Amino acid sequence: MSGFHTPDDGLDRFRFRLGFAAAVVLAAFTLLIGRFIWLQIVQHDFYRTRAEDNRIALIPIVPNRGVITDRNGVVLARNYSAFTLEITPSQLGQTLEETIDALAEIIDIQPKDRKRFKRLLDEAKNFESIPIRTRLSDSEVARFAAQRYRFPGVEVKARLFRQYPLGNVASHALGYIGRITERDLKWIDENEQAANYKGTDHVGKTGLEQHYEFELHGLTGYEQVEIDAGGRALRSLKRIPPVSGNNLQLTLDAKLQEITEKAFGDRKGSLVAIEPETGGVLALVSNPTFDPNLFVDGITPDNWKELNEHPDKPMINRAINGAYPPGSTFKPFMALAALELGKRTPNQAIADPGYFNFGNHQFRDDKKGGHGMVDMYKSVVHSCDTYYYILANDMGIEAISNFMGQIGFGSKTGIDLGKDDSGESRGILPSPAWKKQRFKKPEQQKWYSGETISIGIGQGYNAYTPMQLAQATATLANNGVMFRPHLVRHIVDTRNGEKRAVEPKPIRDLGWKQKNLEVIHRAMAGVNTEGTGARAFAGAQYVAGGKTGTAQVFSLKGAQYKEGAIKKELRDHALYIAYAPIDKPKIALAVLVENGGFGAQSAAPIARMVLDYYLLGKLPQGAANEDAAAVEADE
Amino acid sequence: MIDLVGTLRRGWLNATAHIDFPLLFIVLGIMGIGIATVNSATIDTSHRMLAQTGNMCIALVVMWLVSRVPPQKLMRFAVPLYVLGVLLLIAVFLFGIKVNGSRRWLSIGITRIQPSEIMKIAMPLMLAWYFQKYEATLKFRHYLVAAGLLLVPFALVAKQPDLGTALLIGSAGFYVIFFAGLPWKVILGLVAAGVSAAPFLWTMLHDYQKKRILTLLDPTTDPLGSGYHIIQATIAIGSGGVFGKGYLSGTQTHLEFIPEKHTDFIFAVYSEEWGLLGNVVLVTLYTLLIGRGLMIASAASTLFARLLAGAITLGFFTYAFINMGMVSGILPVVGVPLPFMSYGGTALVTLFLAIGILMSINTHRMLVKK
Repeated sequence: MSGFHTPDDGLDRFRFRLGFAAAVVLAAFTLLIGRFIWLQIVQHDFYRTRAEDNRIALIPIVPNRGVITDRNGVVLARNYSAFTLEITPSQLGQTLEETIDALAEIIDIQPKDRKRFKRLLDEAKNFESIPIRTRLSDSEVARFAAQRYRFPGVEVKARLFRQYPLGNVASHALGYIGRITERDLKWIDENEQAANYKGTDHVGKTGLEQHYEFELHGLTGYEQVEIDAGGRALRSLKRIPPVSGNNLQLTLDAKLQEITEKAFGDRKGSLVAIEPETGGVLALVSNPTFDPNLFVDGITPDNWKELNEHPDKPMINRAINGAYPPGSTFKPFMALAALELGKRTPNQAIADPGYFNFGNHQFRDDKKGGHGMVDMYKSVVHSCDTYYYILANDMGIEAISNFMGQIGFGSKTGIDLGKDDSGESRGILPSPAWKKQRFKKPEQQKWYSGETISIGIGQGYNAYTPMQLAQATATLANNGVMFRPHLVRHIVDTRNGEKRAVEPKPIRDLGWKQKNLEVIHRAMAGVNTEGTGARAFAGAQYVAGGKTGTAQVFSLKGAQYKEGAIKKELRDHALYIAYAPIDKPKIALAVLVENGGFGAQSAAPIARMVLDYYLLGKLPQGAANEDAAAVEADE
Repeated sequence: MIDLVGTLRRGWLNATAHIDFPLLFIVLGIMGIGIATVNSATIDTSHRMLAQTGNMCIALVVMWLVSRVPPQKLMRFAVPLYVLGVLLLIAVFLFGIKVNGSRRWLSIGITRIQPSEIMKIAMPLMLAWYFQKYEATLKFRHYLVAAGLLLVPFALVAKQPDLGTALLIGSAGFYVIFFAGLPWKVILGLVAAGVSAAPFLWTMLHDYQKKRILTLLDPTTDPLGSGYHIIQATIAIGSGGVFGKGYLSGTQTHLEFIPEKHTDFIFAVYSEEWGLLGNVVLVTLYTLLIGRGLMIASAASTLFARLLAGAITLGFFTYAFINMGMVSGILPVVGVPLPFMSYGGTALVTLFLAIGILMSINTHRMLVKK
């Protein structure tokens, strides 16, 4: 190549090289066009989707939670809008501590707010906004608005809060809501509701709020917004409005509930009142109670500690979780069983010496010297133990267990509270089969005939929830047509106002004979006119069937039971079942007063108050009296 | 009256005597697209369209002035400009201002200058002058000297580090050497050496440079970092489809997904809004521009003019190809603007200076022949 060439040689070579360069240019541009064809034709759909995904964000719009009202339309749970101050930790300009300290200069932030925030922070994802203060006042909102440029990642949001206007009233029935936890999420997921809970941060934790969670929640709406690369919403493209959750109209009567709770005063216990013809629960009391409003924006550790560690255990729903021996309230059912199974006629009488000897054990009656000749009527009215010792022995444990099992004793009622039926206790319906399962050692597994005898008076292994007792009483009042107890009368669809009844049909008809039922009804009416309930029901303007009961908390071995001589926690539980009016009962109930002593003494007056109000509209004066001196003590 | 018309006519002829209208129309066509695209890219933020129009006017004046300078006079600038450029680059190396980890600028009182821009023109000018000088006695050692002249500024710019500009300066110089007749054996040998030295060169790259190259191979490995540009630009182009989303309707652009959208990534904006058809039009315009440039080079009357015209023309190609290749994801991301499209006054002036040189080469040849 070196050496001499003419200029023409050089020009030719140069032009060849220009041609080569032109070819390279054309090849390179063809390659580019090929790349464009690949991206813009072949892969176009893929990239179009990617661009749309880039562009559009779906912002969930949380629906209004359904409202809960009582049978008369009194609001028990509703929503109200309030401003909350929220922090999104991932978007902060400074550290969390610094931000909160700076915020505290313009808005009142208490140590408890900080504590709650920390707790929520642990549970939350980093990009979620977490409330540091709820229910800001208007002036606080204004103060923050003026300084908000200082606080990236902090904003004021309007949020809906659950509110229980009646406070403590019916809290065990209503339950409460709280922030969604991992466990709640799993539950939501299992119900295939995860997508519908986007943006929702509260969920029903107990009671009706939990049982009807998916009815109350509603359908989450969406707003399609165009966002820029920084995730800021620029404009709304489409809005799919949320659908409010369905409203619940309860069978509960809020006024009755309130009166009943007051009647308990500071006594522990439970009352369940049921409409016999429908199974609808009119009142569900578990005393002491709590204020569900405390839980709405996250309960403070102090409040939680107080509720959870209080010796009276206010968080326990005694109506469905407490299992107690029914005591003498079991007797009417025993009597009915005897008639139905042909083991007794109403007029068959026994001579009661005040005890029943079985083997080498003596089962004693409450009344020293006995009741004399006792037929079925008298056995109920005066609550004669000996009659039932003998009856139980004659019937045998299998027959008792079968009969009682049919009325719902020893099985969950399926009331619409809590998640599934996990919150409800089964109680104990004693039977040889139960005992075999209950105990491990073979000698414990054996059923002894002597054990059957105390079953007859509602003692021994017997243990039922007030709910079961109320259901059985309602079934008896309804002549054997049995309903599942339920608190919600119907679910009201907020879209079209349609009402859906929750429990329109009875679950079974036990087929009891009318003449047998009449014997029992007459006897139970007698309890309130001439028997153990007569004092409590003196002057009643209606005829009520009833039965008192006393459940031993512990057995005094041979010693005479003397109230006042023993600690309060060891005193007997007082029970009472009732229904009225006797010929066409509108209400049936079971009352339990823990450590209340004789049933007639503290439980029956509560029942009287409830019936007076429900049937006559009569308002009671103060709490039901513990009218010890006036009570007939021979139940 | 007749006199006036005649005067105007003569004045117009004189003023346009050195304008190459085919070249001007092609460039104005690309620039028209560029202005519209800058407008779209900046309509939500600041309207840079007017500023760019101003830049264009200055650049056109520069072009007009340069086109009137005969190539023989241009040759006189070759050595001083090259020496000045190298001195300034050394000054940058010693006292330059560091921005984002790169030392690229010299502060001169009120403003700062980027000497590597001067080198884009000075490099081919210098080498064309050198080969012209030894045209009759060209020996192999002259190629070696030329390579030396090329490597000094290349190394200084690469060291800044500004790999994009270094490549542009290096390629401009290489084109001159190539057109001057560098033997094919040597070219093939260089390619072979380059390939075999690649692993060694790899270790010499800065981490960010390595990362850019790795990201090119798989942008998803760093979707929020250096891969983000490529991913979002590719989405913009791909979602444009055949006909595009329409002017001012590119969602990727207007929702800020495309970074540097009015400068290095302006092609993504254009491609999203005008689609494949728009791309074909643009590439065609660049092809015509390069074709016209190569024609001018082919017809040039001196070796200096030929080499300079050829190198300048291939320079346009290098800019356009690297930019579109990088935005569409077939080349690594290096900071190279799209000629006549990207926003920026300095780049535009440099480009029109080059266009002016091409026009000068073309028109002065014709005048000589006449």
